Amino acid sequence: MRAQIAQRTLRTDRWWLPPLTTFVGLLLISIYAAVRTFMGDHYWVDEYRYLTPMYSPCLTEECLPNAAHFGRILPELPGFLTPPVIIIPFLLGFRVTCYYYRKAYYRAAWLSPPACAVAEPHAKYTGETRFPLIAQNLHRYFFYAASFLLLINIYDTAFAFSTGIGLGNVVLLVNVGLLGAYTLSCHSCRHIAGGRLKHFSKHPVRYWAWTRISKLNAKHMQLAWASLIFVCLTDLYVALVASGTISDLRFVN
Amino acid sequence: MPEVERHSFDVLVIGAGGAGLRAAIEAREHGMRTAVLCKSLFGKAHTVMAEGGIAAAMGNVNSNDNWQVHFRDTMRGGKFLNNWRMAELHAKEAPDRVWELETYGALFDRTGDGRISQRNFGGHEYPRLAHVGDRTGLELIRSLQQKVVSLQQDDFAETGDYESRLKVFQEFTVTDLVLDDGRVAGAFGYWRESGRFVLFEAPAVVLATGGIGKSFKVTSNSWEYTGDGHALALRAGASLINMEFVQFHPTGMVWPPSVKGILVTESVRGDGGVLRNSDGKRFMFDYIPEVFKDKYADNEAEADRWYADPGGNRRPPELLPRDEVARAINSEVKAGRGSEHGGVFLDVSTRLPAEEIMRRLPSMHHQFKELADVDITAQPMEVGPTCHYVMGGVQVEPDTGSSSVPGLFAAGEVSGGMHGSNRLGGNSLSDLLVFGRRAGAGASSYVAGLSARPVCSDDAVAEAERVAVAPFSGSSGGGENPYTLHMELQQVMNDLVGIIRKADEMDQAIKRLDELKRRAATLVVEGHRQFNPGWHLALDLRNMLVVSECVARAALLRTESRGGHTRDDFPGMDPDWRRKLLVCTLSDSAVDVVEEPQIPIRPDLLALFEHSELQKYLAADELEG
Amino acid sequence: MGYQGHFRVWRGSDQGGGLEDFTVEVNEGEVVLDVIHRLQATQTPDLAVRWNCKAGKCGSCSAEINGKPRLLCMTRMSVFAEDETVTVTPMRTFPVIRDLVTDVSYNYRKAREIPSFRPPAGVGPGEYRMQQVDVERSQEFRKCIECFLCNNTCHVIRDHEENKESFAGPRFLMRVAELEMHPLDEADRVGEVQSSHGLGLCNITKCCTDVCPEHIKITDNALIPMKERVADQRYDPLVWLGNKLFRRS
Repeated sequence: MRAQIAQRTLRTDRWWLPPLTTFVGLLLISIYAAVRTFMGDHYWVDEYRYLTPMYSPCLTEECLPNAAHFGRILPELPGFLTPPVIIIPFLLGFRVTCYYYRKAYYRAAWLSPPACAVAEPHAKYTGETRFPLIAQNLHRYFFYAASFLLLINIYDTAFAFSTGIGLGNVVLLVNVGLLGAYTLSCHSCRHIAGGRLKHFSKHPVRYWAWTRISKLNAKHMQLAWASLIFVCLTDLYVALVASGTISDLRFVN
Repeated sequence: MPEVERHSFDVLVIGAGGAGLRAAIEAREHGMRTAVLCKSLFGKAHTVMAEGGIAAAMGNVNSNDNWQVHFRDTMRGGKFLNNWRMAELHAKEAPDRVWELETYGALFDRTGDGRISQRNFGGHEYPRLAHVGDRTGLELIRSLQQKVVSLQQDDFAETGDYESRLKVFQEFTVTDLVLDDGRVAGAFGYWRESGRFVLFEAPAVVLATGGIGKSFKVTSNSWEYTGDGHALALRAGASLINMEFVQFHPTGMVWPPSVKGILVTESVRGDGGVLRNSDGKRFMFDYIPEVFKDKYADNEAEADRWYADPGGNRRPPELLPRDEVARAINSEVKAGRGSEHGGVFLDVSTRLPAEEIMRRLPSMHHQFKELADVDITAQPMEVGPTCHYVMGGVQVEPDTGSSSVPGLFAAGEVSGGMHGSNRLGGNSLSDLLVFGRRAGAGASSYVAGLSARPVCSDDAVAEAERVAVAPFSGSSGGGENPYTLHMELQQVMNDLVGIIRKADEMDQAIKRLDELKRRAATLVVEGHRQFNPGWHLALDLRNMLVVSECVARAALLRTESRGGHTRDDFPGMDPDWRRKLLVCTLSDSAVDVVEEPQIPIRPDLLALFEHSELQKYLAADELEG
Repeated sequence: MGYQGHFRVWRGSDQGGGLEDFTVEVNEGEVVLDVIHRLQATQTPDLAVRWNCKAGKCGSCSAEINGKPRLLCMTRMSVFAEDETVTVTPMRTFPVIRDLVTDVSYNYRKAREIPSFRPPAGVGPGEYRMQQVDVERSQEFRKCIECFLCNNTCHVIRDHEENKESFAGPRFLMRVAELEMHPLDEADRVGEVQSSHGLGLCNITKCCTDVCPEHIKITDNALIPMKERVADQRYDPLVWLGNKLFRRS
């Protein structure tokens, strides 16, 4: 028999603040991403070859011809669907199955638990043992996919330099830097690079990689937020320039 | 017939620290049905507090090391008062015991070629201490605990019951041993949780209860260290030796008051930490005794060179044996050169880079940061002597750990002789394993050789129960509070039988102890038997009082200074006293201490020393022999 | 220096109980355990509390202070305001015995269910060779002092008693990781860590890491690497196919 304590928690600090902040943050970003996805416009600045990462790669018939760096290889999408719906499952999948985001939304959105030593409201709990949550184990495949998309983002960023250098280039560069750091710092990446080994001493290169990734991995949460927010800012910048709301600040040409 | 819970085993081990668990593992492997009884939870024994390492002459770091060198260091550290056979067995078997731990799953720090790394420590000629950062005791207790679990899993596979051959009874206190015609027949005690009494019937008992530090005010020891095993042995008719030798560790925390006494590991000094007084002076150079002059540097330059080149230089004096360092700190503080809170400064921050300190001394960093708000990578620590270890204990036969009472065995801190008058750092953990194993084996063969099992008589059990409940029926009105008595006892021992001793003070101590004993008879405990800390303390006090009396009486008799026994009125070491042991016994609750001749050292072991060194310790007629 | 502090301590047994208020002296440099001991010595001689080393090394004095799982001996009074009421309760996840003492036998039961270290065949004592870089990961986990605060705070069993049967708790999932990363251990526990010890129940919300007094990165360094090892064996179609084709086990 446990000690009879009526209170759900005896914590006296503002334990509800971090999950609330997380919830609001994720909600705002989701709304922004949804709006931009279904806007289907202002994703490409032809003059400076800026392509927002949200629309990269652009693969369907409705893509602007110059924005489709790899050709419009897919047919036109039905109804209200826009080009990003092809890649979003992978990007979203990577973030949703990410070990950090899992913690964030299990706590903030599902209250399981809302904070440490605060009782959760659910009567039953099966964790990640059943469908659908058992699919969280597929994280590493999303990691592979996201890494591939990251390579394309890097290509886009490099390609944009072919017209000169502007603030947009810097924004794109910082964006792929943060995305790269977030992707590299992923727990699956850490495992694949060296974590799975039993004897580091027999694999000095992979051990070296593991130690570096481990350092980044310790900042996985910060990188998750920084890269997420910056993708939105990057997209916003491209959208503002593409729509003519602002003009790009040019350094060269 | 008294209504008590009963259990029957072949071997009973009291205490679940390093010695107890190693003994239990050995007994179980000899096919004995074995029980371990411990006051705390399984895995919390005081062994976890050991920090620096476990001494074993494996020669992994310096290949010149071997058991002979370790034996010599141990004898020197104990000022030749050690039981030479124990010191010999210990030096020879320690490496095997350490390697055995690896087969239990222990993970020591490694050398470059993948062997167990070994570090320097006070009094050890070569780097000898196998270690895991500064939490070696935790590694040791966890490895033994996990070995116990693994044996239980084997038993489960075979019998369907995890506890069919080896069972741990945790949070259980033994109050008395039960005898049958002078032989051990069992043990009586209570569950701390419920206060329910239990009788364990067993023909052999291994005492592994640790030390007596809780009788002193400033101590690194936990509440468990109330001398239970020492007292149980005395009451059963066994004798204690060397009880005057109590080790004060030179470096305990001194501030804040609530953590005063908590240990600061010797590895801080082994890894380069230096001691300074309030004038900023490295004072240990002024305190190198004559017998150690050729082994310790007399100037800072040479001392500092030693860390990089131990072959070509003498050791820094901070690494002198513990008794020397503790006395030196005590003198500095008395001379008014102490720190604000009555200690001296131990500084590693100016000696090693911060990352190196974090790697080598993580738990020290943690301990000071959390408890004293001191960052040892940037600031010196304030340290002072703290009661740490009792060299004295049950007089045992070295090879089997058996006491003079048939069926009663002892191992670890509760046994006496191994460390002589002063224990070297790191020799404790190895002692636990070497003699824990031997006591387990000794008890097993004793049991195997019995033709009939002893019996616990109803009278003996009833008497044990009467003693255990006595504090509840103490005279109402004017009854003594156990907490008050305990505090007074600690004050008496600390002030009057502490690190520096005088005849008149000890006389006074014996009188005060007598008075405390009388007052203890009128102890009154409130409440019921269920998890009642006041009652527990009342029963522990009975043990602390009798053991403290042994310490005080033996200390008064030994009119010389040696190792952990320093007489202000007899400052020198006397070779004649080296040949004498003080033996403490109990008859009808009266403590008696008598002299007994020390067994002469075997000639081939004596031959391991230079003649010139022996002259410092042995009397002239011994040298001729 | 000293002041009169306000304490609320849970007192009772499995039969019931509640929070009781005390006013007690608090001195500079003290920790919560010191104050509990002062209560014992001056006001409530039969207040039950489990403790041992008082230096954060043994992990006996686990309890909850102002609702947070902590060691009583490592919580300094200076972190509280002088007029703040300090609430001390027993660990919630385990059955209470009396006052602040709980029955932690769940943990010892779970410890027995994890297959022990399996020494390498044909390597005798004294012949073990391991590199420092290879032992460091397991060494981090072996810093564990078994205070069981991680198991206490884990919502899987804290909020769902019924999961105790199938869940070993962070402490013992970490024990599996420790053995899996031991350079010389020869057993394979990856299958059963998921099937028998409940790794899948962990939703990596990291409270175990937050409360660990030894600052062990339980989630990042033990639990997630174990989940990845399970993914290697169970959820990687390529590995699965390879195992089928080449009959590896």
